[in-house]
Amino acid sequence: MGVYVVRRLLHMIPVVLVVVTLVFLMLHLIPGDPAQLMLDPSASAQEVAALRHQLGLDQPIGREYVEFLGHLLRGSIGVSFKTGRSALADALPPFQRTVELAAASVVFAAVLGVGLGIAAGAWSRSVLSPITMLVALLGVSVPTFWLGLLLIIVFSLKLGLLPAGGAGSWQALVLPAVTLGSFSLGVIARITRASMTEVLHADYVRTARAKGAPERIVILRHAFRNALIPVITITSLSFGYALGGAVATETVFAWPGLGRHIVGAILARDYPSVQAGLFLFALSFLIVNLGMDLAYAAVNPRITYR
Amino acid sequence: MTAWRRFLRDRAAVAGTALIAAYVVLAIGAPWLVPYDPSQNDLALRLHPPSWQHWLGNDELGRDILSRLLGGARTSLLISVGAVALAVAVGVPLGLAAGYFRGRVDALISGTVEVLMAFPGILLALAVVAIFGFGVVKLVLAIGVYSVPTLAWLARGSTLSVGTMEYVEASRAMGQRPARIMQRHILPNILSPIIVQGTLRLATAVLTAATLSFLGLGVQPPEPEWGAMIASSVGYIRIAPHATVIPGIALMLVVLGFNVAGDGLRDSLDPTMRHLD
Repeated sequence: MGVYVVRRLLHMIPVVLVVVTLVFLMLHLIPGDPAQLMLDPSASAQEVAALRHQLGLDQPIGREYVEFLGHLLRGSIGVSFKTGRSALADALPPFQRTVELAAASVVFAAVLGVGLGIAAGAWSRSVLSPITMLVALLGVSVPTFWLGLLLIIVFSLKLGLLPAGGAGSWQALVLPAVTLGSFSLGVIARITRASMTEVLHADYVRTARAKGAPERIVILRHAFRNALIPVITITSLSFGYALGGAVATETVFAWPGLGRHIVGAILARDYPSVQAGLFLFALSFLIVNLGMDLAYAAVNPRITYR
Repeated sequence: MTAWRRFLRDRAAVAGTALIAAYVVLAIGAPWLVPYDPSQNDLALRLHPPSWQHWLGNDELGRDILSRLLGGARTSLLISVGAVALAVAVGVPLGLAAGYFRGRVDALISGTVEVLMAFPGILLALAVVAIFGFGVVKLVLAIGVYSVPTLAWLARGSTLSVGTMEYVEASRAMGQRPARIMQRHILPNILSPIIVQGTLRLATAVLTAATLSFLGLGVQPPEPEWGAMIASSVGYIRIAPHATVIPGIALMLVVLGFNVAGDGLRDSLDPTMRHLD
């Protein structure tokens, strides 16, 4: 196990390097001169040259790459063109907001999805089964941003129960979390149901029933515990999904998160901020994936690692 | 029972296919079917609810929503089919090569694909849009790039299992060139998972195109596009919710159609997968 953790951490190094390189290359892949694009068309040649210098574009690419890595190790990815502050530092508060929203949405999706999945698996002939499949299908088919707008129309404008936007109170978190969690809710419910259906046919479940264990114990202790592994996988995957899906949800609910921050930066051609935002996003996915793999190794004693 | 018969028995899949067929016909026929010019402003009819003259009402500039919906169908069909075709054209050969040659080629391709798959596609799409800018062609590129890793991974996995079959070994022993073996003997045998995945990717592509356009990073107004239509009507959501709700319903139906048809195709082409749902 200890060896596995070390190996897994070492495996991160090339992946992080690929991500860093891609983020670095972004500026160079832009057709045309990024400095020219960022500035007003009326900018003078000196202003363009100054910005090129600031972005490091006036150096040979190899030297620029080394400098980029050096800056990154000291925690900096360029200076935001809009605010004049460190682009990475600018992206951190929005990032916290996004993590908050993503976590809330996963809790919502996991609690409701697992509950629905267990019930549909246990009572497979009841109406719960088709309902679960419908929720799963709608979850992946309804556009997130549009669902958010529908919820605003119903719960904010018509019923006046919850705020339509902003951040800072738990009420403001409800609608965005439900919107963002709907996709994962369907997927989690579907996987839990499938996994439960499979496990309920296993011999040890029949044995448990035969020895006279109450149905509640059979389902929750014998069946669900064994059905848990795919559910854990899909739930951790959905945290990653929620981080990415947050882009549209944040825009709908004016949630000051990283997705909205990046979209704003793209529209303003504030390339250092785009780079910093995408880098932060990418890094957080890697950490979520790492956490998931390590949790696996801890939870499932049957998996052995070379 | 043949795959075709199994598919026809799946009522949901047939309904999904009918939805897609209607969508494709309406999208292609849009220029002849639109009752009004999709970009014709009429400020007297601003935010007008559905009426006999304008079945689905009018938007914030008085434009006919039905006409814009049909025009938008055309745009989104073009983008999604283009993007998935691009992803298949790039991803499948990469996966074939990785699965066939194994060794270093595989290490290089799978390594990159694995890194890209660790991130949700929308992130890749955002990066492409940030680099190349907005518009229909750039959306095709952004969404195509987004689906390449999935298709490459799928093609690699299938090739790995098909590649060990006797008939592949036999043609190798006969001295056929790798490109020909891949094309003649492997590709036809890995086609069904690719078709299934391609159909499901179309659903994702339609959704992503609309999402990016909604964010202002895709198709630019005044060109009709469903996501952009929703974005421009949001400001009037209190007085004219129909302008926001209607394009979303269209979007949902199309995505639903592709998802249901894709699931149906998977079930009928590979009946062993069935018990999983």
